Amino acid sequence: MAEMKVYFDNNATTPLHPEVKTEMIAAMEMFGNPSSMHAYGREARANVEDSRRKVAEFIGANEQEIVFVGSGSEANNTVLSLFICSTSQCIPGTRMRGTIITTKIEHPCVLETSECLAHRGVRVKYLDVDRYGKIDLDQLAGMLGDDVGLVSIMMANNEIGTIQDIEAISALVHQSGALMHTDAVQAVGKLPVDVRKLGVDFLTISGHKIYGPKGVGALFIRQGTPYCPFIRGGHQEKGRRAGTENTLGILGLGKAVEMRAQEMQGEHARLLDLKRALSRGIEERIDDISFNGHPTDSLAGTLNVSFAGVEGEAVLLYLDLEGIAVSTGSACASGSLDPSHVLLATGVNAEHAHGSIRFSLGRESTMEQVEYVLDVLPRTIQRIRNMSTAYIKGGVHA
Amino acid sequence: MLKAGEWAYSDTLKEHFMNPKNILQGEDTDAFDGVGMEGNLQCGDQMMVVIKVDGEKGVITDCQWKTYGCASAIASTSILSEMVKGKTLDQAFNVSPKDVAKELGGLPDNKIHCSVLGDKALRAAINNYYTRNGMTDKVKQEQAKIVCQCMNVTDHDIEEAILEGARTYLELQERTKLGTVCGQCKEESESLLEKFKHIHFGV
Repeated sequence: MAEMKVYFDNNATTPLHPEVKTEMIAAMEMFGNPSSMHAYGREARANVEDSRRKVAEFIGANEQEIVFVGSGSEANNTVLSLFICSTSQCIPGTRMRGTIITTKIEHPCVLETSECLAHRGVRVKYLDVDRYGKIDLDQLAGMLGDDVGLVSIMMANNEIGTIQDIEAISALVHQSGALMHTDAVQAVGKLPVDVRKLGVDFLTISGHKIYGPKGVGALFIRQGTPYCPFIRGGHQEKGRRAGTENTLGILGLGKAVEMRAQEMQGEHARLLDLKRALSRGIEERIDDISFNGHPTDSLAGTLNVSFAGVEGEAVLLYLDLEGIAVSTGSACASGSLDPSHVLLATGVNAEHAHGSIRFSLGRESTMEQVEYVLDVLPRTIQRIRNMSTAYIKGGVHA
Repeated sequence: MLKAGEWAYSDTLKEHFMNPKNILQGEDTDAFDGVGMEGNLQCGDQMMVVIKVDGEKGVITDCQWKTYGCASAIASTSILSEMVKGKTLDQAFNVSPKDVAKELGGLPDNKIHCSVLGDKALRAAINNYYTRNGMTDKVKQEQAKIVCQCMNVTDHDIEEAILEGARTYLELQERTKLGTVCGQCKEESESLLEKFKHIHFGV
């Protein structure tokens, strides 16, 4: 098979949707400040508000409930950081309860912010996950209490794709009087997301995971929810996020959700077919593998596989040499010495975490690409195992 | 706009990763005169080095290997196997991670620890050769190296302090007093701290 270009790393980031690109290029000349009253400003304002409508509509929110931010990470930092203001001057009459509950498999922007808050006196409790990456509602119920102010649980996991039952979680959380946040960066645009149905108070969206531009995200804040800005010093976004709006990015995000609304439904079954073909092919052609994540409650395009006796960075780079882009949970690729915290939380041993590869398919992925990967991957793994100490006489997998 | 960025690795390293030299084929090490293995799969690196020795001259005539690890681990064992062929056992015993990194055209900072197992495995193989041939007097323990000149602290002292509980540079200083005078050894001490934490605790 001739070399192909295969981008199976859509959970890391996505290429711009062609229509988003066209719209953004056409809008390059728009430079007005949305806060200005003149024609230039009004043009920018009109486009920012048009995007706000599109985003709100896409997730079943009101326009006033959408705040544009610089990234999903910023949105998550904003929500968690509400708790630094434990006796809030900004939100008169509100006293934030001092405990946060989150999970062990959140994105680092939630985990590291939580650690930082813990240093500042906020109590943080971490939910375990089972071998498929699901939290246990009973454990959550046991942790909830009068002291808990916020629960932050991601809707779909970026590494293994496992989807949580946010609707049930929200109901439980609200019974105890706490607020509910979900990081829906990987879920929005792939699964139906309706903030009313989910019952969440905060929800995080990122532009570049849904074929929109980088450097823009949105935070849903349910009307009437206590809130404190993370970036202060301006009246933009009704005082909820200072800084002149990223007009071009916001316009791109609006177009991206518009395209998702049109395409995501039909895409789901197609991605599922591709993933099944990929997982079946891997199972048939390569020994000593294991799949990570939930067998059914999982993102349609995400497949995480551990290959025994090989280290993920080596797999990633050999595949890169053949035009295939993937991710790994190995420590070496992350720059730290620790393998994926998500896989370790699901009970995967360190060796299997080092040897994990994430394939994340997207709207441009094809069956031809899956077949190419299935052609290249077995010989790549074989090649690495041939030089691995795990397969020598007396080795772990010999 | 810049096109496809460079690898994090040098061209030499990339070449040794793409076309590794002297991989031990098959599972058998019986034909070799010395076998050494270091590291473990849970930590993400394991290397085995096997050597053939010309007993009369005390020279390594062949060196092969197996490595479980990332690109720099694979490339560093590959280049090490090339470097030591033809060297005397004494010369080979003194090959350091620094020599390997230099030969590879440099390693990114966070990858140095991936190259420290190859030379260790090689020394284990040489010691194994001595043991097999009844030359136990020649078996050399890893020699201590002074890291902090001011306070006379060696890498063995550092390793011991870490085994006794030091996990940060400050804790290392509390236990050994290293780097408390001129402070020039900070960088090396910190990299040893990471290395030993990794080797002993997999963190």
